[in-house]
Amino acid sequence: MKYAYYPGCSIQGTGRAYEESLLPVLKELNIDFEELEDWNCCGATAYMSVDEIKSCVLASRNFALAEKFGYAEIMAPCSACYLVLNKAQKYIETSKPVAETVEKALSSANLKMTKKIKVRHPIDILLNDIGLEKIKQHVKRPLKEFKVATYYGCQLVRPYSTFDDQYNPTSMDRILKALGATVVYFPIKTRCCGSSLTGTLPEPGLFCAYIILKEAIKRGANVISTACPLCQFNLDGYHDKIEKKWGNVRIPTLYFTQLMGLAFGISEEELGINRCIIPLNIQSNQTVSA
Amino acid sequence: MESVKMNSNKEGARIGFYVCHCGHNIASVVDCKAVAEYVSKLPGVVVSRDYKYMCSDPGQELIMNDIKEQKLNRIVVASCSPLLHEHTFRNATEKGGLNPYLCQMVNIREHDSWVHSDRAAATLKAKEMARAAIQRVTHHHKLETKKVPIRPSVLVVGGGIAGIHAALTLANAGKQVYLVEREPTIGGHMAKFDKTFPTLDCAACILTPKMSEVGSHPNIKLMTYSEVVKVDGYVGNYTITVKHKPRYIIEEACVGCTECINACIYTTAKFPDEFNEGLGKRKPIYMPFPQATPQIVVIDPQTCIQIKTGKCKKTCLEACLDRKAIDFNQKERFSEIQVGAIVIATGFKTFDAHRIPQYGYGKYPNVFTALEIERMVNASGPTGGHVVMRDGSEPKSIGIVHCVGSRDKKTNHYCSRVCCMYSLKLAHLLKEHSGAEIYNFYIDMRTPGKSYEEFYDKLLNEGVNFIRGRVGEVTDWAFIPEEEGKLIIRVEDTLAGYVRRIPVDMVVLSTGLEHQPDADAVRRMFNMSCGSEGFFLERHPKLAPVNTFTDGILLAGCCQGPKDIPDTVAQAGAAAAEALVLIDKGYIEQEPNTAFVREEDCSGCKSCIPLCPYSAISFDEQKKKANINEALCKGCGTCVASCPSGSIVQNLFEDEEIFSEIEGLLLDNINEKFAQGKTTQEVLAK
Repeated sequence: MKYAYYPGCSIQGTGRAYEESLLPVLKELNIDFEELEDWNCCGATAYMSVDEIKSCVLASRNFALAEKFGYAEIMAPCSACYLVLNKAQKYIETSKPVAETVEKALSSANLKMTKKIKVRHPIDILLNDIGLEKIKQHVKRPLKEFKVATYYGCQLVRPYSTFDDQYNPTSMDRILKALGATVVYFPIKTRCCGSSLTGTLPEPGLFCAYIILKEAIKRGANVISTACPLCQFNLDGYHDKIEKKWGNVRIPTLYFTQLMGLAFGISEEELGINRCIIPLNIQSNQTVSA
Repeated sequence: MESVKMNSNKEGARIGFYVCHCGHNIASVVDCKAVAEYVSKLPGVVVSRDYKYMCSDPGQELIMNDIKEQKLNRIVVASCSPLLHEHTFRNATEKGGLNPYLCQMVNIREHDSWVHSDRAAATLKAKEMARAAIQRVTHHHKLETKKVPIRPSVLVVGGGIAGIHAALTLANAGKQVYLVEREPTIGGHMAKFDKTFPTLDCAACILTPKMSEVGSHPNIKLMTYSEVVKVDGYVGNYTITVKHKPRYIIEEACVGCTECINACIYTTAKFPDEFNEGLGKRKPIYMPFPQATPQIVVIDPQTCIQIKTGKCKKTCLEACLDRKAIDFNQKERFSEIQVGAIVIATGFKTFDAHRIPQYGYGKYPNVFTALEIERMVNASGPTGGHVVMRDGSEPKSIGIVHCVGSRDKKTNHYCSRVCCMYSLKLAHLLKEHSGAEIYNFYIDMRTPGKSYEEFYDKLLNEGVNFIRGRVGEVTDWAFIPEEEGKLIIRVEDTLAGYVRRIPVDMVVLSTGLEHQPDADAVRRMFNMSCGSEGFFLERHPKLAPVNTFTDGILLAGCCQGPKDIPDTVAQAGAAAAEALVLIDKGYIEQEPNTAFVREEDCSGCKSCIPLCPYSAISFDEQKKKANINEALCKGCGTCVASCPSGSIVQNLFEDEEIFSEIEGLLLDNINEKFAQGKTTQEVLAK
């Protein structure tokens, strides 16, 4: 099946390393996908909190496009997109007024939604459509030296636990273990990263990020893995400010796809790892012939 | 097919029809007067009345008087479900001088007024249903009930406090009781408890006298380490097959001296002790606990070297001397018992705390379940009553988390009813035993019981802390230096209105009550139903709380739903009383809805014989015909439907009765149309 790849804004902006690493990993695993033509804003967190119905309209235009081009499933790698698309779908399903407004808005653009397009996260696809066995087969350089704190953030599993447990998600853990990495015990894997507070109320926002970073180091991790552009941004981008306030908690934060790419033998440059502010200093020496 | 043609006035049927208002229950949706008026015009109907409460004495007298005065020979009552009042109206019919089976009921309450709101449509439906019954009742004929003797013995399944109390009640009434318990001893969960709320009397002190009474009662045959594997028969005459698991001890020979345990090749106890929730250790040969009943040791085949490898010095055998009570070659065996009634008291299991990973059970060593703490605070428990953490040190602060696996849509939606009270009890005991600071985290404090609220007040005055809010997580993630090395309970304090972090040394999870894991298999074996939460379903939540939908099968204790000890004992007494009602009557009145063979049509093909679930059909070799034993027939109708020649007939469900009822339901004004000279085909093609 061909997935409609829905990048969203972050993944081609501040979080471009996510896309840079995601695409080669998908190609390596022969996953059939295509960028959704003429996609637009998902409706985003900020919009959703101002005007839910307009946010739903924005989201559903993407669904209508996917339907028009004949896709059954949308792949949304950004946690915020993933949540908002799911949320919009739920609202349209359960509220008649929302559904009617959306229908009207779409029809003015000669679009319509007649069936449910499934929203999928790459972790879900990798785990449930591709499978750990196949992922293992592609590992050329097992991540032996990597002690990973798997950090899920909030939006991936809450409030909708579509493919993993809300309180104790383990999907990313399983993928990283399959790559040969050690996954450390990390009890705050779904705690807030600081979210957009880091921009508006920096002190409490950065403190959230600090807690995550400090705890990851305390639990013996040498790298944090994430699946969200905002989490990566908050955990990687503010180390100077955090250090001034609370002390040094330097630890690299990578997208899980970057870690996958490394294990698949793709170069750091290709995977956008050079974009990290805190550099990755772990070397996986062992090379296994494919 | 001209036989389809209805002639309701068959052999001069004189029908009385009564439609009940049931107060507003029926009359608010169905126009009862219109129904009575409509029915009065149907052929054969002599009397047609509507009345406010047909089940009342004046209502029944209406029927009786009409039978006498109007010479009625058929009665139809349109009211509620026959489950409720069929007996009433059959009785009234009989008192009026007719055979009770000449009465037919129409359910226009549960099947009509309670499920519809459109008055016109509901009234039409009531008319059609009444018409069907009028058509049907003309084909009824006199039937007699049969009396079958009942066996004066009872099987009690499960030897917890419910089973113990039911068994003793029945045995004291002079009945033979078979008490089957799957564990090596009776006592159930209650035997594990330290004190009981709200009186704080010692559980063992009040339970063990009853246990030993069971063990020595002349009317109780106790079968421990045994399970019911097969149930045959029906109310009054059940045949039960019991599997006796090998305990590798000859029960009659063992005197419970426990010399064998002392002599075991394992000088120290090494294996997790089930009775102490794994907190203590036992040897492969063990007595579950000091007051175990029966006082017979048991050998665990998983850990006994002799049973596993055959290469043990068998020091236990030497210690047993010439009693020779140990038999390593014991095999499971089966026995059969005959009983008249069955009390199911299979109990519950506690919620598996692993299922809520954010509470850290199994991850953090000092997170305990409430049942583990029950054993810990018990003087005869693994720590002799000392409250200690897994490393042996004493806790300075303890958090008790309520509603673990209760009132939670992700696990169990229902309230387990006992956890608030046992958490209060444990709070008291933990404080008393350890002097630690105690925190209770509750959603709502539920203390509905005699002296329960007073107990809660007592705890408030003892200085136990109460924080209202469901605990979000138990974590070892420290935020400030004071939290380092502690377990932190994160909770939204809904009274203070903010999220709190309470660091404690020890966490107690007040796990809820769940159905037994094999409840579904037990349900099938005894032909019961389960509610959505998995507990066995009572026949009526208010008026038949210990009966099931199968006659002669009764419920007691937590297998029916979570409840505390007082409620369990009350229910066990009620179940015993219901069993006595059956037994002391001496016989079962069997409905005459049995099947019989019309021999002239029977071809002797025998296809019905293997199909009968009650083995009621035999084959008469001389006549070459099938023969149904009426005493064994339960009227299920399987043979009737399967007979290729249509030679098996079932009383009250004869073809003419069923067909005329269906046609009465489907065809409007059928008789008028026949009267107009229309053929069956024309009428059916309408």
